[in-house]
Order: sequence, then structure tokens, then C-alpha cells
Amino acid sequence: MTNLIARAKELLTSNSVQVVIGYEAGPTGLARPAFITTAEKAEKLIYDERCIQNLAVYLTKKEVRKLGKAAIVATLPVMRSIMMLISEQQVIAENIVVLGISSEGSLLDIADIRVMQGFIEKSDLGNPSEYKELLAELNKLSPEEKFAYWQKELSKCIKCYACRQACPMCYCTRCTVEVNQPQWIPVQANTHGSMDWHILRAMHLAGRCISCGECGRACPVGIPCHLLTMHLADQVYSYFKVHAGTSDKMSSVMSTYEPNDKESFII
Amino acid sequence: METTRKLIRKQSLEKLYKLLSETRKIYAPVVSADKQVEYKYNPAFSDVTFEHIRSTLSVKNVVFPKVENLFTYTNSKTESTINDIDLNKIPEVVLWGAHPCDNAAFDTLRSIFCWDITDEFFAKRLEKLVVIGLSCHLSDDYCFCTSTGLAPDSSKGSDILLSRLQNGDFHAAILTEKGNSIVNIAGELFETVSGEKELFTEVKKKFSHEEVTEKLKTAFENPFWVDNSLRCIGCGACAYVCPTCACFDIQDETKGKNGKRYRSWDSCGFGLFTLHTSGHNPREVQSQRWRQRIMHKFSYMPERNESLGCVGCGRCSSGCPVDMNISEQLEALQNI
Repeated sequence: MTNLIARAKELLTSNSVQVVIGYEAGPTGLARPAFITTAEKAEKLIYDERCIQNLAVYLTKKEVRKLGKAAIVATLPVMRSIMMLISEQQVIAENIVVLGISSEGSLLDIADIRVMQGFIEKSDLGNPSEYKELLAELNKLSPEEKFAYWQKELSKCIKCYACRQACPMCYCTRCTVEVNQPQWIPVQANTHGSMDWHILRAMHLAGRCISCGECGRACPVGIPCHLLTMHLADQVYSYFKVHAGTSDKMSSVMSTYEPNDKESFII
Repeated sequence: METTRKLIRKQSLEKLYKLLSETRKIYAPVVSADKQVEYKYNPAFSDVTFEHIRSTLSVKNVVFPKVENLFTYTNSKTESTINDIDLNKIPEVVLWGAHPCDNAAFDTLRSIFCWDITDEFFAKRLEKLVVIGLSCHLSDDYCFCTSTGLAPDSSKGSDILLSRLQNGDFHAAILTEKGNSIVNIAGELFETVSGEKELFTEVKKKFSHEEVTEKLKTAFENPFWVDNSLRCIGCGACAYVCPTCACFDIQDETKGKNGKRYRSWDSCGFGLFTLHTSGHNPREVQSQRWRQRIMHKFSYMPERNESLGCVGCGRCSSGCPVDMNISEQLEALQNI
């Protein structure tokens, strides 16, 4: 932590960055995002096991961008999100300083995007172990049982879109649910409307989800919607042998055609 | 009506619950499998919780459902026929065990829905509702009812208010004619009050809402809004869990010749909320939307509806994915 604060101070004092996006402790003891703009304020920065929110979501936020060049405290999921954002041309690599954090919680020396790529490649890129068991259990269910499970879970949805807003990859300024001519997705939060929404969200994230679990954590009513996207991340890997957020030159798995693609589903 | 106080024993509560459920729907809090507290219609009495601090969602769903059908229609080549919803089919409901903050919110909602024109859906649902409130013997750091002019034992909005006694029985304050009608159904369950002590939690006052309202008059351009909302991700969780947020969207859904018009919850936290057809958005960034949320509740509503738009339940803060703690912010606002 002292290394992190020192590095943040150094970056701000030398004006190499104008803001450090990290974590601070809130009054209830929760860790929450902090936007540090002066060296004095850098003392507020913390990093511990409470710091789990994926901060990459702020890199595309208008008012954060307005602050200037940013340094960002980045665990593996944040680094993978940054990689995705670069490959989808939402963020310019040179405009970000990555304050990488290892799985043990120590500050990494991430000089540039290649170093970050090297770190990502060496890491375990599957779904986090805490979700693997639940995913495996769900996969054992019959299609009818799966449908019943998701109907029950998604009937709780209130369509607050916290799942979308918390996701670094949901950066569209106009989401499909906000298009009403035609109205692709019912606006109402009934079971049908909510299922439509979550299935659409999952499909838009297939091959792009980096398995941070932020959507599920953000959900105020406790829907495990991250299991949908994580399941698709597993599927994408099993078919295409690709993990999202591993390169800045990634083409999108679900919207790219390759001449040697298997197309057995068509014939 | 003059308030009367009665004693209702723990074992009598179950009898009352069963008696009421014979003729009415009961909306009561239960703890779900994932440990969230949610209100459900007609749960078994043994599942009803008396120990919750706050449910995840407020109880506003009972008078302002997340989706409400307004009318249905049938289109032919030459005309459309509109079929009104039969408001008489709205059932009689007993809201059971809701806390004083939630119950006080019905008055706030009424000040919006019955401001100039009476919203007939809301008014009918409220008319058919009897509120058996439960004062609070538990609280946490998110609670701030005492900062909004309420208290763990406020009776505002309740028809009967139960207060727990040291020995597990309850005192019942009968506050309205509606409350009295419940007592008349089950008179033998309501006994003479005992000298037993009522248990109330203590909720620390964090700010003066009068001072906040005064401060807001000149705070519109203050950098406070940007500084304190950078972490807001712009979801609608705070508005949807809020007992007093009343904004809604209206949509038509047509399938073939038939369709329906319905309204569903909306939130001023969404960018789309104020987007004009021209493309112009008067609240184009999140700080402006966060300011609107606070201004509406603590400045515009006291001014226009003569009611505060917040009851201090703390749900917006406990449900926020990025810890936008409203009482912390209002405390800070008071001191800018």
C-alpha cells in the first residue's frame, strides 16, 4: 500500500497523470472508488481484499475523462478489461498508466501494454474458482430445469440496469434497450421482459466478458447474472480457444468471419 | 381519531394474521434463500420475519407496482377500442410488519400521485390498503430516519403500529378508522396494555434536513456535485429501491391487433431520462443527475409538495453498488 501511495504521489506531482483511479475506505468500512487528483489526497488510497470493484468502468466515463490522463489501480480483471477496451478502440493505451496489483496484493511494475499482456498471459484466465462449482452445478441441470432456475432468478429483476452500468464492456452510449423504434426489448420488468434483457446482455458480452463478476455484485436484488456471461466465456473458450482481454489486437469472436471457421451449424 | 393502545400477545399475532388472510391479501416480509428480505403476498406466518432492519426493495410496490397496466386496446382497420382496467378488481391488502420509514413514505407518494390530478390507480390501491406497521427495535449505520423528521416509532402512515415489548408481546397503537376496523374483526385478540417496556432502537441524527434544504437554495453550481458523483455509475438501483421515488415510464406493447399501455418504474439517474427528441440532453452527465436526485428530494419537494422526498430508510445507500452514501453526502452538504 505504501508503494501504491508513493507511486500515485510521484505520478501526480510530476504531472504524468492528472488523476489516479483507485480505492478508498467509505464511512461504513466498504472500499469504494476514489478519484485522486492531488498528491496530498493520495494518502486516502487503500488496497486490500475489500477492493474488488472493476474500476475499468470509469475509463470511458465522460466526467472522469475530463480530469485528464489517468492512472488506474488494476488487478487482473481490470487489466483484462483495459485490454478489451483498447482492442475495441475505446481507450488509447498511451493515455493510461496501469498500477498493476498482483494476486498477492503487491504493486507490479507495468511499464507498458506489452508488460501488461505478459502478466495477463501468465495468469489463470478461466472463470474465478468461487463460481466454477455453481456453473458446473447449473450445467448438470436439464434444459427445463435451467429454464425454471433462470425464470425464478430473473423474475426478481427490477430493470435498474446496475449490471450494465457496472460492466466496463457495456460502454455503449445508447444501449439496445433504449432503442424504441423498434422496441427490441420490452421495457417492463416482468419475467419475460427481464429474461429478454439478460439474454441479450449475455449475448452481447459473449467473447468480451472477462469474468470479473461485477454485474452480479452490482445487482441490488441478488440475481447471479454473472453466471450467464461466465458460462458464455467458458463456451467461447471451448469453441474458439480464446480468452477475452488477452491482447490489444483481439478481433471480436462473435462478429468476425474467418474463412476456416467451422460452420457445421449451417449445413 | 383518538389513538387507543392495546396489548397483543405473540401467539395472538398468528391468529390475527390467519383471520385477516381469510378475506384479504397480506403483503409481508420474509427472508429469502439468499438472505435478502423481500415482501411477498400471502406468505405462511411462520416465514414472516419480525427481525429485519430493511427489506431490499421498499414496500411501494403495493401501491405503485413496478409494472401497472393502464388500459388494453384492440385495433381494427378503422378504429381502436380502449378497454379500461377495472379498478374494483384491485384487492384489499394488509401491509404487515412494515417499518415507520416505509409507511411514512405513503404520504410522500400521495403528495406526488395526488398532487393536482388524482392518479386513480395509486389512489385505489392506497384506499384498499391497511397498514399494520412495526416500529423498529433494530437499526444499522445506513438508517437516518431521525434526520428526516421521523423516528423508529413514528406512526405516520400506519393504521395500526405494533411495538415490541421486552417479553416478546406487542403493544398496538390503533391510529385510524381502518385500524379500528381490524380491531373490530378480532376484538378478543386485543387486550388491555401492560406495563411492559417497549423496545426501540436509537438512530443517531446525522444532519438537519431543514438546513440541507436551505443550503440547496444556493448550491446548484457548487463543485460538490461533480466531486461526489464521479464514482456513480448511473444505474437506477437507488431510485428503484427507494420508497418515495415515483417516476415512471409509459409504453405501449402491441401484439397483432391487441395491445396494452402500461407504466413501469423509471429513474432520473438514467441518461435517457431527460434526452430530448432533438438529441439535446439537459442533464447530459452523471453529476447533473445526482444533483437532481438530491435537489428533488430535499429542495423541490419541500417547496412544491410541502413534503420531504426522503424518509431516511437508507436503502439507496445499502443497495448502491459503489457506496454512494446519501446521509454522508447530506451531512457534507450541510457543512459546505
